[in-house]
Amino acid sequence: MKIAVCVKQVPDATAAKRIDPETKRLDRSGEAALNATDLNAVEEAIRLKEAQGGEVVLVSLGPERALESLRKALAMGADRAVLVADEAAAGSDLVATSRILAAALEREQADLVLFGQASSDGDGAVLWAAVADRLRRPLISQVAALTTDGSTVTGKRQTEHGYDTISAPLPAVVAVSDAINEPRYPSLKGIMGAKSKPQETLSLADLGVDAAEAGEAGSRTTVLALGPPPARGESLKIEDDGSAAQKILDYLVERRLL
Amino acid sequence: MDFDLTPEQELIRDTVRTFARDRVQPVAAELDREGRFPYELVAELGELGLMGIPIPERFGGAGGDTVSYALAIEELARVDSSLAITVAAHTSLGTMPILLFGTDEQRERWLPDLAAGRRLAAFGLTEPGAGSDAGNTRTTAELRDGTWVVNGSKIFITNAGTDITWGVTITARTGEDEISSLVVETGTPGYGISPPMKKLGWRASDTRELSFENCVVPEGNLLGERGAGFRQFLEILDGGRISVAAMGLGLAEGAYELAFAYAREREQFGRPISSFQAVQFRLADMATEIEAARGMVYRAAWLKDQGRPFAREAAMAKLYTGELSARVASAALLIHGGYGFMEESAISRLYRDQKVLEIGEGTNEVQRMVIARHLGLP
Ligand SMILES: Cc1cc2nc3c(=O)[nH]c(=O)nc-3n(C[C@H](O)[C@H](O)[C@@H](O)COP(=O)(O)OP(=O)(O)OC[C@H]3O[C@@H](n4cnc5c(N)ncnc54)[C@H](O)[C@@H]3O)c2cc1C
Ligand SMILES: Cc1cc2nc3c(=O)[nH]c(=O)nc-3n(C[C@H](O)[C@H](O)[C@H](O)COP(=O)(O)OP(=O)(O)OC[C@H]3O[C@@H](n4cnc5c(N)ncnc54)[C@H](O)[C@@H]3O)c2cc1C
Repeated sequence: MKIAVCVKQVPDATAAKRIDPETKRLDRSGEAALNATDLNAVEEAIRLKEAQGGEVVLVSLGPERALESLRKALAMGADRAVLVADEAAAGSDLVATSRILAAALEREQADLVLFGQASSDGDGAVLWAAVADRLRRPLISQVAALTTDGSTVTGKRQTEHGYDTISAPLPAVVAVSDAINEPRYPSLKGIMGAKSKPQETLSLADLGVDAAEAGEAGSRTTVLALGPPPARGESLKIEDDGSAAQKILDYLVERRLL
Repeated sequence: MDFDLTPEQELIRDTVRTFARDRVQPVAAELDREGRFPYELVAELGELGLMGIPIPERFGGAGGDTVSYALAIEELARVDSSLAITVAAHTSLGTMPILLFGTDEQRERWLPDLAAGRRLAAFGLTEPGAGSDAGNTRTTAELRDGTWVVNGSKIFITNAGTDITWGVTITARTGEDEISSLVVETGTPGYGISPPMKKLGWRASDTRELSFENCVVPEGNLLGERGAGFRQFLEILDGGRISVAAMGLGLAEGAYELAFAYAREREQFGRPISSFQAVQFRLADMATEIEAARGMVYRAAWLKDQGRPFAREAAMAKLYTGELSARVASAALLIHGGYGFMEESAISRLYRDQKVLEIGEGTNEVQRMVIARHLGLP
């Protein structure tokens, strides 16, 4: 089975995030890492491959340096990486990003396309829906357990009221949650071998995507203004001297919240 | 000139850093308190290929370079010195003699299990009467009817007595003015291993006294040439110093990070103590010296990887990081005030674990002797 995993390089969780006031885009120059739930998607793909054979290919849209982060997923056990890196793609919104990724995925013709549930920077949690729609493939999202018999895929979906179990014929698109597995650490052998795994960098032209359809030109949204969130309202700090519970209760009652 | 790590080295550092944070940190204090050897962690490190980083792939190792190895030891020591020394002693002292001096037959027989971390190796050089003067070995090995008969004792030997210890490479006198290296496998009749020694630090690591009473070792367990033992152990110690230096660097970093976090959180006189210049200067000095140490350690490792002479730089890095880690651990503890003196504080464990870095694999004085010799002094 051929599995494509969409992964995104995001600013490292420990790095302070900054938005460039000029371009109104996230500053991506600092420490970077692979988006955390995308590692769950990579792990799941590798497990499927280990159990049933096949190939795991990483697909990403991002700057050239995103290759560094893709290396980690290659070291974990993915077979090759395809990075779409093109100046003209910078500033793509959901519509433009999904167009480019769909074009890259069309080229791969994978049986199963895996996504992480959400990115830690954009936090849209919606890209997989847009991509599945463009590919005209069924979609299961928020998947906490996944099985496949080679012709269908079944996902256990976490919802507010419990689990939904949903099956879809392959080829399909699945977005996984971080509950699905515990991503492995790359082994030293994996790390040393990652360099020699195929890593392709493609331009928009390679994918047949018109530059006018990508980046800001191809986006349907425009960021008009950015501002800090409003300051937090009045807050009360209670130090526990044994009466904290009572004080919290009084506070809530006073505000008619209880 | 290029100060950047390669992408592989960076990924190794990040992997071990995450492993240390997620898997080691949560149990380090408990392992130390109970003096419990970290079997589970060693097994996990083995799976990841971290128990045989610089061992070539054809012997089951990862085929990594010395810089990667130093980075891994540094990251472990940042969080837990007991685990770091377990890996470092196993790799640099226990496994290296087989790789460097063994025949192909010996290497194929012993290395795969060691490089995978399924078995642990020890290095028995120090004796009650031969510490800094390690050439003063009193243990003897006599070749009788095609077997070595070993008599004598060793002390302070790391990894010698765990449930998965494969054996120990010892130095022994095989004649007048003749020292040779011999492999003694665990379970050999006449080979005795004491209960674990009780220590100030490195409490989760395994340290033993060894005794040999008419211990019969196959003739084929001689490592390298008969009589080469003195030169061999000097060569092992040269390489080992890089990993002990990496431990000093890692411990200093770990202590600095604890002090930094505590200083920003702790308030006295109505503000964080990190706003007092005296505390700031302490942290600034620590950060500066750590930066210098990092350069020394990585450069010694890099020289070794280039196949260039590195013994002088390795001894300098070991000396500097040993003394630096003492300064940093002490200052970091003081920044914690009375809380730092309490057993449950992380800094107190690092403080205890630090001292042996100025003793093991050559005391500060021995490093200075080695450096002086490299300077051409008589
Ligand atoms: C501060 C900020 C505000 C934004 N506001 C808007 C807005 O209002 N409207 C809008 O349309 N866009 C907006 N964007 C851009 C938008 O986030 C991205 O362009 C779009 O790609 C959605 O990505 P996401 O990170 O939200 O993806 P999500 O939908 O959160 O990502 C889900 C999964 O998709 C995959 N994935 C995501 N990005 C990539 C990639 N580049 N390559 C490969 N796989 C990927 C990963 O598996 C990821 O886990 C904004 C971005 C930022 C940083
Ligand atoms: C926890 C731990 C683990 C160890 N693991 C191992 C191991 O795995 N394998 C192994 O073989 N050994 C091991 N050792 C032993 C270690 O290498 C020795 O303790 C060390 O080399 C010092 O020897 P010593 O203890 O006999 O001290 P001594 O040599 O007796 O030194 C005592 C003091 O005298 C000073 N001194 C000695 N000679 C001189 C001189 N010429 N000039 C100036 N000062 C001098 C020393 O610097 C020191 O301050 C370990 C030790 C410890 C504590």
